[in-house]
Amino acid sequence: MGATRATGALPAEVEELLNVALVAEFTVVNPQGRPVTYPLIPLYDGKLIYMTSSVLFSKKLEHIKANPRVSLTITDPIAAAVDNFRRVTIQGDARVIEDDLHSGWEGHIGDLWIAKEPIVKELIKKRFAMPLFWERSIIEVTPRRGLIWSNGNTAEPPQTFSLEVAA
Amino acid sequence: MARSTIGDVFDDISSFSHAVIAYVGDDGYPINVAADFTADKANGTIKLSRPRIPVEAREGAEVNVTFSHIRPYPGVGYDQRRYVSVWGTVTKVNGSLEVRPERSHGWDEDKMSFFELCERSVPSAHRYMKKLSEERGETVKTQMSLGWLIFLATRVPFLTATFVPILLGAMIARNDGASAWWLFALALLGGSAIHLGLNVANDVSDATSGADFANVNPTMFSGGSRMIQYGLVSLQTMRAVSAGCYAVGIGIGLYLTFTRGIELLWIGVAGIFLSIFYTAPPFKLVHRGMGEIAVALGFGPIMVLGTYFVIAQQLTFEAFYASLPVAIFIMLVLYVNQVPDRPADEKTGKRTIVVRLPKDAIVKGYAISVVVAFALIALGALTGIMPIWTLLALATVPLALKVHRALTSHYESPYELMAGMGQNIMLHLFAGLALTLGYLIDIFV
Repeated sequence: MGATRATGALPAEVEELLNVALVAEFTVVNPQGRPVTYPLIPLYDGKLIYMTSSVLFSKKLEHIKANPRVSLTITDPIAAAVDNFRRVTIQGDARVIEDDLHSGWEGHIGDLWIAKEPIVKELIKKRFAMPLFWERSIIEVTPRRGLIWSNGNTAEPPQTFSLEVAA
Repeated sequence: MARSTIGDVFDDISSFSHAVIAYVGDDGYPINVAADFTADKANGTIKLSRPRIPVEAREGAEVNVTFSHIRPYPGVGYDQRRYVSVWGTVTKVNGSLEVRPERSHGWDEDKMSFFELCERSVPSAHRYMKKLSEERGETVKTQMSLGWLIFLATRVPFLTATFVPILLGAMIARNDGASAWWLFALALLGGSAIHLGLNVANDVSDATSGADFANVNPTMFSGGSRMIQYGLVSLQTMRAVSAGCYAVGIGIGLYLTFTRGIELLWIGVAGIFLSIFYTAPPFKLVHRGMGEIAVALGFGPIMVLGTYFVIAQQLTFEAFYASLPVAIFIMLVLYVNQVPDRPADEKTGKRTIVVRLPKDAIVKGYAISVVVAFALIALGALTGIMPIWTLLALATVPLALKVHRALTSHYESPYELMAGMGQNIMLHLFAGLALTLGYLIDIFV
């Protein structure tokens, strides 16, 4: 096991991936104890990982509320274009932030989302066309530990890292 | 979970570059990791390379294997979204992992548009917000500004259907020497109120019958306003809005009847009858394949003659004749807009013409109708029934050809047909305005 790092201090090679990846596979556990994976756009504010879900696709939100343990992995070199592509898996605890479904997410993660998906800026202006799509919750993931395959080959042993759990 | 687009799992996963295997570790945390894969369709298994991770999946454990793909689209985001997710138990075979898919789910935007995916997921959103409401003890619902709600619920942009015949009726009256702009304004206000009341009533009817709930391919021209389906406005409020619009329209109609002449009463009664019973029982004209006739009469002769009478206090054959092309064009707006709605309409017993007839007949029907409309314009202008300048309306023939091509090519594709539906609305608007312009020129020449 690699060194334990302060919460929010993800290894630089993980942060770089999180900052450019257009999709991550995000796995939650359903009430039957089965894993369920959703491709979602990962957002990173330098400390925590965020994703967002419309109420239209809310099943994952219910799963997280029942069991906050999650895992996300970045695996696609096309969707995460960095030099020296690597693959990472991050396990952590998630919580759903949805005090204001209508616009709370905009202030929280709107800029991060638009930076990766610029069309969102235009689409928000036309939110009346798909009003339910823009009623959204934020998924906030506090990373706990992770694996890094430096050359992307998961058949080789990964580097590991873990983060301190806040008291 | 929205309906899956997965057909044959093995065919569907063949185009993906890699898989992601996920399972739940002994500590209760899920873990997911990329793996190379080969699909063995003959044996019904997926073979995965064995990832090196601290806690491997246990033999016989249930795992989830996901395949996902996007194509980055610089400056925009991404497209070509698709994913396949399968569940099954895992076995270890010769250093590899083997999963036999037992369940699958997925979405491919080439097979189901994102809009349709969203529409199919609307019930899920309502369930979630209802649950949130119960947890919080306060209503959690979709929000929209009052201005947008009014604009969208009443479908204001469709008022071109009212504006065109009323303007034409007023211009014919002016050409005959009668003009009173305040009467024109009152006619426009009354006609618009009835039209908006009809729009809302139609939404109420389609919500009550289930037609708009069953429609998962609404477009900006079809499938209703979606206000009720999205939980933005209640059925009761929509009923009240509709009744309010009708009250304003009928009030103005009665005032004009008392001040301009009793003949208007019969025109108004016919208009109100068609408008109300367009969707209301016992006639439910649109459900019987008579919606087009009702719309043609209501937004053609009734509005043109009604306005003409309000201003000129008489009825003429010319005003009636000039209303016929406009009637045909507005009838065709409904006719084409019903094409994407037909699966949902059929399912809920709304037997419109496009539900009753096959594609070939509908496309032919469109062609014949526009030919008749343009022939009426040419005949009217050349025989002197209408001013010669109304031939200007023939300039809109190319628009009709575009709509015909769109109908032929995109009959089964609601979103691809949308441009054609827009051009069809423009055809009615521009042809009607060109007829009006023809009368205006005649006034000054």
